Amino acid sequence: MARSDVQLMLDVKSGDEQSFELLLHRYRSPLVNFLYRMVRNREQAEDLAQEVFLRVYRARADYVPSAKFTTWLFRIATNLALNNVRDTRHQKMEISLDAPLTADSQDDDERPLDVADQHPDIEQHLVAQARSKMIRHAIEKLPEKQRAAVLLHKYQELDYGEISKILECSESALKSLLFRAYETLRVELAPLVAQHEKQ
Amino acid sequence: MSCGRMENKILSYVDGRLKESERLEMDKHLASCTACELRVNEFRAVASLLDELPQIAPSPAFDVRIRARVAAEPVKQAWWAWFAPSPRVVMAGALLAVGMIWVGLRPSSFAVNPATEAEINQNMPVLENYDVLSNFEPLSDLPQPVADDAPQPDDAGQTNSQM
Repeated sequence: MARSDVQLMLDVKSGDEQSFELLLHRYRSPLVNFLYRMVRNREQAEDLAQEVFLRVYRARADYVPSAKFTTWLFRIATNLALNNVRDTRHQKMEISLDAPLTADSQDDDERPLDVADQHPDIEQHLVAQARSKMIRHAIEKLPEKQRAAVLLHKYQELDYGEISKILECSESALKSLLFRAYETLRVELAPLVAQHEKQ
Repeated sequence: MSCGRMENKILSYVDGRLKESERLEMDKHLASCTACELRVNEFRAVASLLDELPQIAPSPAFDVRIRARVAAEPVKQAWWAWFAPSPRVVMAGALLAVGMIWVGLRPSSFAVNPATEAEINQNMPVLENYDVLSNFEPLSDLPQPVADDAPQPDDAGQTNSQM
């Protein structure tokens, strides 16, 4: 039976380095993805994820399981991401969303196909790529706190209580925040939503 | 339920996280409100679209880097850790305690009970006993003691010639 996050963290506290490896393995991908969607840069996202794990490791001696481990982990990640977004806001302002994608801002999954890559489903692939790009841009355009709320709600599947603790607001305020975010996304993604409705 | 009250519950409804009673209340409202029904459907579409976003995998260097950074962390000890004895110190202390107890309980060859000492003194033979000394064989090889008033052999010859 797999040990719970809290049990693993308590084992790390008592000096078991292997348990830290298990936590790292369990949460590196969700953290990197969450941070990538927050800061829009893969390299920075990985650096921030490293910082999150390092802070968890440094705090092991004082760890008290007063809340869910994920609440603590994503609270650290969210604070780091929000600080990063605020610190680099001026740099981001200079980069137009319509400008050609640089190597920095591209994912492997979003990289344009090679001219030599003459796959029979190329049209379908390009359509899927355009949809992904549109969804990604819609999320990126959300105010950072709304963006964090959507990412934690949709991709980490945390409950409202946990997310409200992470974002340091009431559950009612969180529901209102999420409603506004989904309203914005509904408008931004209207063409795709309409297509979805027809299907 | 009014459309305004929908706002806080619409996502929970889409997620299926509402209580049974609240869900039934929402169903009742949606059956009579086309605008809210449309919004619910659009929110469902948005949630579905968000699922399409591909996930990225951490780079292969990620684990290597974090392990190196963790290994480089200084070993942090709490202030009370100073009092926590190491196994070697505990072992040495235990051995010392056992040794001291053993020495303390062992009957000493030097310490004699005063009563026993008195008895030994009483029964101790007197070494200067005449019989013992006179029959002590090594002493028989020694020359006999000379009496003060007895004439010496040389002195006696001189006396006779003078007479």
